[in-house]
Amino acid sequence: MATRPAAPVAPPAGPPHPPRRPPWPWPRRAGRRPAERRQALTFWLFTGPFLAGLLVFSYVPIAWSLWLSLFEARSTVTPTEFVGLDNYVTMLADGDFLRSLGTFTVFAAFAVPATFALSLGLALMVHRVRFLKPFFRSAFFLPTACSYVAASLVWKMSVFNGVRFGLANTVLGWFGVDSVAWLASPEPPWYWLVIVTLRLWLQAGFFMILFLAALQNIPQELYEAAAVDGARTGWQTFRHITLPQLRATSAAVVLLLLIAAYQAFDEFYNLLDKATWGRPPLVYLYNLALGENQDYGLGSAGALLLALLICLVTLLQGRLLGFGRGADR
Amino acid sequence: MSAATGVKAAPARAGGPRPRSARAVLGGAGLYTATAVAALLFLVPFYLIVRNALATDAEITGETWTFFPTDPQWSHIGELFSDPSVPFARALWNSLVVGVGHTVGTLLLCSTAGYGLARIPYRYSRAVFHLVLGTLMVPAAVTFVPSFVLVSSLGWVSSLRGLIIPGLFSGFTVFLFRQYFLGFPRELEEAARVDGLSHWSAYWRVVVPNSLNFFAAIAVITFINGWNAFLWPLVIGQDMEYWTVQVALSSYLTAQTVNLHLIFMATAVSVLPLVVVFVVLQRWLVQGVARTGIKG
Repeated sequence: MATRPAAPVAPPAGPPHPPRRPPWPWPRRAGRRPAERRQALTFWLFTGPFLAGLLVFSYVPIAWSLWLSLFEARSTVTPTEFVGLDNYVTMLADGDFLRSLGTFTVFAAFAVPATFALSLGLALMVHRVRFLKPFFRSAFFLPTACSYVAASLVWKMSVFNGVRFGLANTVLGWFGVDSVAWLASPEPPWYWLVIVTLRLWLQAGFFMILFLAALQNIPQELYEAAAVDGARTGWQTFRHITLPQLRATSAAVVLLLLIAAYQAFDEFYNLLDKATWGRPPLVYLYNLALGENQDYGLGSAGALLLALLICLVTLLQGRLLGFGRGADR
Repeated sequence: MSAATGVKAAPARAGGPRPRSARAVLGGAGLYTATAVAALLFLVPFYLIVRNALATDAEITGETWTFFPTDPQWSHIGELFSDPSVPFARALWNSLVVGVGHTVGTLLLCSTAGYGLARIPYRYSRAVFHLVLGTLMVPAAVTFVPSFVLVSSLGWVSSLRGLIIPGLFSGFTVFLFRQYFLGFPRELEEAARVDGLSHWSAYWRVVVPNSLNFFAAIAVITFINGWNAFLWPLVIGQDMEYWTVQVALSSYLTAQTVNLHLIFMATAVSVLPLVVVFVVLQRWLVQGVARTGIKG
């Protein structure tokens, strides 16, 4: 109902139009060859360099590792011992690999909703604030300039330092609570708090900007119409106007957050350096392929399994949230 | 459009300074308090970096919290750059080269490819576009094992080439450029073409100069990502000589001895350039993120 004013702008639906092709004697048949060739040349002039690089640095590695994954390939990239699907079987039976997928699942289950909620919350606050708005926006956005490594350093050495002088333990001390060994022990799993807050700090501002842009695009008339209809401001308008209007952005944000979560490496590597717990898939693959064994066969098989998994989740999520249709028109 | 919104906004504006209910005032105060507290929390890590970088180890590990070092130790900067165990100046230089190389290369390669896909009709352009999209399905980080295999057999491990070149071919950036050029006003190019310019020169003389905002946004984002990248430089920069800033920072974290003030001075020096870039170019960055993020 409330979307009424927007409706007439949309063009009438397409079906009655016939396909837009010129009448039969198509002009490009005779005598147009040189022009067409010039067009092709221009096309390759623009896209050729990129495409060549893409083939060499994206497709060749994938094909190569597909091949490697079928071989026994320790410390060599030109293996000779064909093992069929053994590497895949080994990976799927490997408790550590499966545990790393479990670690990822726990991580995503906490980090994705938390980042989503916080960035939306910050966006709503900054959107409503009048006074000092640019300052607040910058304050939340500034962590985007920080790297995961730098943030890990601050989190590990200062904020969540397990000894007494760490900031968190200092604050706990003011309330008479004993120091917590945040990262040094998996029981209780406080390290999740460290990892998730780090990601929150780094990412929330970035996604806040996306939500802010989307909030600014919501037509004010919707809220006015709702007010006329007697809707209470606050939760009611948020639930029935703001959230539905943010649907495309929300779908995109969830997808981007999930993809970012899959790629989690930096903070795990730096925070939990020598720990045997909390290893997401990329850290596991790193140790496998670039650690002592340099097992490229197993590493490739693991990477491909992970890529396959990501593809499936992405497609599934696209189906569920209708990503790509709403966002891109 | 601006006229229309102006008219619509007028009645709401006029009612602006109306007497507000106690509840609204309270709500406003709550909003400002919450926002201010959140902003302070977000700035705490920056405060910690600066405080610890300039404090003595005794102040950092002290029994009571030192809010700010009484006698800021600026000498820590010199100590950082003369520390023989980590070639920090070299790492800064490498990061700068990698960041600039990434930015320039990406802008050149991805913008032209995006334009070709958006504007030059060709039989196979759909097929090429699908090749580009195909790489979006597989996040780059997952392919680091295969990419390392390739780059090591090219002999590019521990080299600037190896750090820069494989990262230049981002399907996502091409996608962003294509989307952008699809929305670029066609009339401008057609005027140039009527004047006898080829596609190529029309692109450089008309399209690019009119797209500088978008290029700037992509440039800032690419530079920040290049500077902050960790996994690939860790894999490729195996010689100390090819460490980037992030790899150098990480080496402090895994080192045997912990030298707190040095670690934080290193963090400060690595973060500071980006904070400056960030604050100066924020306008483009915000535009770029808002635009590219939504389309991505």
